[in-house]
Amino acid sequence: MTALLWGIIHTWLVVGFAPLTVGMVRLTKARLQGRRGASPLQPYRDLWRLLQKESVVADSASWLFRSAPYIVFVSVWLAATILPTVTTDMVMTPAADLIALVALLGVTRFFTALAGLDVGTSFGGLGASREMFIASLAEPAMLMVIFSLSLLAHTTSPAQLVTFVLSGHVGLEVSVGLALGALLMVAIAENGRIPIDNPSTHLELTMVHEAMVLEYSGRHLALMEAAAMVRLLLFLSLITCVFAPWGIAGPGDGPLFLLLGLAAWSAKVLTLAVFLAIFETMVAKMRIFRIADFLGGALLLALLAIIFLYVSEAV
Amino acid sequence: MIIGSAMVVLLALGFLAVAGRRLPFIHELVNAGCLLVTLVLTIESATYLMGAAQGQNPSILLPFGLPWMSAHFRLDSLSAFFLVAINIPSALASLYAIGYSHHLPEAERVTPLFPLFLFGMNGVLVADDAFVFLVAWEFMSLTSWLLVLSDHKSEQARKAGTVYLVMAAFGTFCLLAAFGLMAGAGGAYDFASIRAGHAVGLTATLVVLLALLGTGSKAGLVPLHVWLPMAHPAAPSHVSALMSGVMTKVAIYGLIRILFDLCPTVGWEWGFVMMLAGGVTAVLGVFYALMQRDLKTLLAYSTVENIGVVFIALGLAAAFRDHGEMGLAALALVAALYHVLNHALFKSLLFMSAGAVIAATGQRDLDKLGGLFNRMPITGLCFLVGACAISALPPLNGFVSEWLVFQALFHGPTVAHWAMRFGVPVVGVMMALAAAFAASCFVRAFGIAFLGRPRSDAARIAEDAPLTMQVAMVLPAFLCLCLGVFPVMVSTGIASVVEPLIKVKLPPAILGWPWLSPVSATAGSYSATMIMLTGMALGITTILVVHHFGSRKLRRAPAWDCGHAEDLPNAQYSADSFSQPARRVFGSTIFAARETVDMPPPGDTGPARFSLRMVDPIWDGLYMNIVKAVTVISGLVNRLQFLTVRQYLLMMFWTLVLLLLIVAARQSS
Repeated sequence: MTALLWGIIHTWLVVGFAPLTVGMVRLTKARLQGRRGASPLQPYRDLWRLLQKESVVADSASWLFRSAPYIVFVSVWLAATILPTVTTDMVMTPAADLIALVALLGVTRFFTALAGLDVGTSFGGLGASREMFIASLAEPAMLMVIFSLSLLAHTTSPAQLVTFVLSGHVGLEVSVGLALGALLMVAIAENGRIPIDNPSTHLELTMVHEAMVLEYSGRHLALMEAAAMVRLLLFLSLITCVFAPWGIAGPGDGPLFLLLGLAAWSAKVLTLAVFLAIFETMVAKMRIFRIADFLGGALLLALLAIIFLYVSEAV
Repeated sequence: MIIGSAMVVLLALGFLAVAGRRLPFIHELVNAGCLLVTLVLTIESATYLMGAAQGQNPSILLPFGLPWMSAHFRLDSLSAFFLVAINIPSALASLYAIGYSHHLPEAERVTPLFPLFLFGMNGVLVADDAFVFLVAWEFMSLTSWLLVLSDHKSEQARKAGTVYLVMAAFGTFCLLAAFGLMAGAGGAYDFASIRAGHAVGLTATLVVLLALLGTGSKAGLVPLHVWLPMAHPAAPSHVSALMSGVMTKVAIYGLIRILFDLCPTVGWEWGFVMMLAGGVTAVLGVFYALMQRDLKTLLAYSTVENIGVVFIALGLAAAFRDHGEMGLAALALVAALYHVLNHALFKSLLFMSAGAVIAATGQRDLDKLGGLFNRMPITGLCFLVGACAISALPPLNGFVSEWLVFQALFHGPTVAHWAMRFGVPVVGVMMALAAAFAASCFVRAFGIAFLGRPRSDAARIAEDAPLTMQVAMVLPAFLCLCLGVFPVMVSTGIASVVEPLIKVKLPPAILGWPWLSPVSATAGSYSATMIMLTGMALGITTILVVHHFGSRKLRRAPAWDCGHAEDLPNAQYSADSFSQPARRVFGSTIFAARETVDMPPPGDTGPARFSLRMVDPIWDGLYMNIVKAVTVISGLVNRLQFLTVRQYLLMMFWTLVLLLLIVAARQSS
């Protein structure tokens, strides 16, 4: 019963919390750049404003263009719902392990890219082509991270991973550090953050994600933006859930533990958001063909994580 | 019995098509006949599978075949599973052919061979001795070869036919030798005696190698795949669907039959080799597919990729079995069979949709298509479902089998040998790369062909396919969804097929329905049913919220494109520009891709030229060298034709001496 209840609460929690996370990143970046910056609540206002506007759809667009924002948003939302953040005792948690979460994000990307191609503009195609290329390198790295974690914990389910890490069986492993590094790099790439992509550029040939959603407006754009926000929150939660699960409640824990879990989760995610902003301020965007090196590095780190596991077993 | 008579009807249909070629509705009649027969075969073998628990294997002896034995036919759960897996797409292709035959330039070259091709494939599956197996195998090869040549006026098809014939002959030769080795000197060619006499040592190694070469060349294992992307697209689309979706599965059947039933003494080393070969096949297949502009060639290369995935799973199964990890072996084999079924469905679907596009526009080049989603909504939707399924997107079927393969792969290091432990992560990277680039490849295929603005006049006026073709495409799309959303039911069924081979029944849902959790209660689970239901709930919520709180106004306007929208459809992203990042990063090493841009000097108003050169590493690097070697050797041998009589006599004499020496050496030892 609590599992079902928490499943439903969690659904709304992620979607309600996501804009705040993005607001925090933007505020921190603004402060670091010497600006005052907008309130962290500004993303909520943006989404609301977009929802109220009429949607302009290009003449050449098919119905896929209009339905893609819904598919994209729902699949990200679904993935974020399944990932345990506050408690592992949620009704939907066994529905998808980490491999399936990666695949759900694949659905998002697939339809965003198709939407980019639908209108038949050069910018849309450019964004779609680059996004699919970056993702095709990021996804293997992500799967290798999952492989190394599953070798360590004998599971690919996020809830079981949390339980495993909390049970204290895992010492200070080199592999864990390497896997964390790889996952951070993948998260940066998948969310289109600097140095892979710049979420705040327009009219530049460097943009990837923005180029795909260029033709969107009104409620459709609101959904696309919301999907990007939820995806950022999802990745931040994933990192905390796997590598710093302290505070996450288990099955049978009382409401106090749940509140503690909630507080711990929001604190961890907001801290990560601040770190992301600091990192983004420090580095410069790279050339598109350098991304292959960056993500190749992530893949190699994940592979090294696996090999170090063998080594530490043998010792 | 019913299966046997159904197959005789297929044979008869082939002759009917020749005899009645002047009748007005002969194509429709024969194709409808094929539809009926394949449906009967599907239902019959499905009912057998449902009741397969009794362990009865009906068999028939027929008085033909080799002089010293009759022809054996037998049905067991493995062949029944493959009968289902190949006859569903065959039925759909027959239905499709009823409407599609009008679009063929020379349908009378296709219709008689189509039922014979089906007959050959079904024959391989029910064969119970090496002779019947090989005869049916050759029947399948030759009929499909003739089908490839049905468009005999095209130079490309003729070249494809030649390459295919050579590769098919090579494959059959390998299988012939493999069966010969298994049967031993006594010539016990029926499968029961082969099963009884286990091949060991060098013989077993040779058998596995030859079986891999023989079936791999038919399935499209790199580097034996070269004929596949030439031959599959050259045939009419419903035949391409069968060649890619079904005939490759018959080859997989042959491999499973040999490695897991007839000669089950395969060591883990061969599992490792298969896994590695599968990984290379998957990655290369998808990179080739990503570079293709021809829609059907792209699909054919994607078949190569999927065959790679199946080989990874089969290799894992063999390795696990050798190490006594029977549960994991069953998991890997279930994953392989699940993928076989899935690929049979979505590849037929994709080829049939591609056929509908070609019938409507006359174009196969992606850069001549575009905007078809508005003109051909049903075909477009079917292609989209197929593309999502093959890109392994949940909740469709492709993801389930890929998930199972990944689950098996992640347990690969259980096999405690350093080669496996280091090999499995490498294969994992290859598999993950293949999966990710497959999605990229199908975004490109669907996005360029169906979305955007029309790139040619033919695409601008295209119309959707006739009703029979639409039905034949909608049904597999629906099946893809069903196989994806109810994975536990399907994998339970497949687990009972695998049980006689591995002697362990995989429990696909340890956590109970609907959670697919084949390894253990904690090792990870997936439930497409729940994902589908929750996704629908969330989707409805989103729509309600957006429409309740937001504006519902919608306005159509010209595309914005940052203010400089181009009217020219050629200004859109093309197929080649879509794959440019991957081509720059991987293509420059794999395909030696070179891009050159010729810019006119400043002030000159002439057009700039862009040209792209790519080299096929396997065709040019391997096969052309083989061709060169054969030419040199035949040039040398050619001298033998111009000797004098005396020299010929001398040669015969020396040969005789040599033979006598060999006999003497054997007798003394």
